[in-house]
Amino acid sequence: MADTYYDPADLRKFGKISEWSEELGSKFFDYYGKVFEEGALSAREKSLIALAVAHVVKCPYCIDAYTKDGLQRGITKEEMMESVHVGAAIESGATLVHGVQMMKKYDKLSM
Amino acid sequence: MSTKSLKARHDVLAQSNKQLEILNGGLFEEGELPFFKDKIDAIGAYPLRPKKLEILQINVGYMCNQVCEHCHVDAGPDRKEIMTRDTMELCLEVIRNTGAHTLDLTGGAPEMNPDFRWFVEQAAEAGIKDFIVRSNLTIIRANKKYYDLPQFFKKHNIHVISSMPHYTRGKTDKQRGDGVFDSSIKALQELNAVGYGMPDSDLRLDLVYNPSGAFLPGNQAALEADFKKALKQDFDIDFHNLFAITNLPIARFLDYLIASGNYEDYMYSLVEAYNPSAVASVMCTNTISVSWDGWLYDCDFNQMLGLKVASKIKHLKDYNEEVLNDRDIVISQHCYGCTAGAGSSCQGTVA
Ligand code: SF4
Ligand code: SF4
Repeated sequence: MADTYYDPADLRKFGKISEWSEELGSKFFDYYGKVFEEGALSAREKSLIALAVAHVVKCPYCIDAYTKDGLQRGITKEEMMESVHVGAAIESGATLVHGVQMMKKYDKLSM
Repeated sequence: MSTKSLKARHDVLAQSNKQLEILNGGLFEEGELPFFKDKIDAIGAYPLRPKKLEILQINVGYMCNQVCEHCHVDAGPDRKEIMTRDTMELCLEVIRNTGAHTLDLTGGAPEMNPDFRWFVEQAAEAGIKDFIVRSNLTIIRANKKYYDLPQFFKKHNIHVISSMPHYTRGKTDKQRGDGVFDSSIKALQELNAVGYGMPDSDLRLDLVYNPSGAFLPGNQAALEADFKKALKQDFDIDFHNLFAITNLPIARFLDYLIASGNYEDYMYSLVEAYNPSAVASVMCTNTISVSWDGWLYDCDFNQMLGLKVASKIKHLKDYNEEVLNDRDIVISQHCYGCTAGAGSSCQGTVA
């Protein structure tokens, strides 16, 4: 048994998910690979989006993977940190915008 | 960053057999990762054999004005291995008769060899098509006696290939030492000033990019575009091509990988990125590497690991190109660095 839920070494075993479902696994990895190809967005831009999302979904594997991916692409740490802030801003905005709901409910319930 | 070589620090990793023990043991010995030999055997490429000799790469000494953290040569100011004029004479004999079209001088900082200029003058007369000097840039600004190097290179129509880890100061200085970025920029501007690297110029100036850490280089063309844009915009610098070179787990880079706890992950990354189509074009298939004391190797990496060519001809004094070319190339797990992704050689990607 591992001592922790997350083991950094598990990231390199990601491909193994196909072993228990070849069809779905390979469909997923094909799709994944396609998504990150150069397209209307550059692979570099996609890498920064992935890094931001990795933080929002708080996936330690994705954070490791896209920090390394960014380094490989020559993305600077300033660019990486800004992308994390974009994710954080959207995430906190998403929390705060619910404040409107709270305000409406408050007003409705109050005399 | 240390200011001394592993050798001067009496670090065990200064011994090539210790490095080989690590490269052959651990993950590979335990069967977690496949040996390079088995990997290339699976595509019928074992034993690895040379094709036509194209490049003669001569290492004129391990002395360097820098002590970069990733250096596979373990070069530095304290290294005393320097090619003598006698050995240079042997080199010239070979250069005059070789079938190779490219001569590639490397080091350390080749310019620090006291006979460097004499050697270049002599070698330039041998009429080799492409004459490369690998210059670390800062040497041009290190001391007054080197200030005229751009002119000297131009006079002998040298193809200059220079290392530039990044177009930002922070990353460059972290890998190569404080102040390296500023003096590299100044050196590039001076090379540009005499015509090197300009868009239509025949004076070739290429840059080498090594990742500044435990990760592989990204797409060479994309990196080149980023470097070109940033260096032009910020410093009005022009250059021709960028070569993205993978750091091989040797000498100081190996030391760094182990000390930073990245060794296993890095080896996994290299093996994972193994690209069978890069195997046919790895550097050792068209290159011979000569050490400061005249021994012959399949490549500069094997030289640093003390792995001499597996041939009857092992030294310049017995040089015979035909016999030498009929050999099996000596390999180990560091070779995965040459076959990762788009492949890696002293001329950048190969696949
Ligand atoms: S990487 Fe090049 S410049 Fe740096 S220490 Fe080694 S030989 Fe010198
Ligand atoms: S490290 Fe040397 S011998 Fe090994 S593949 Fe690369 S060039 Fe060839």
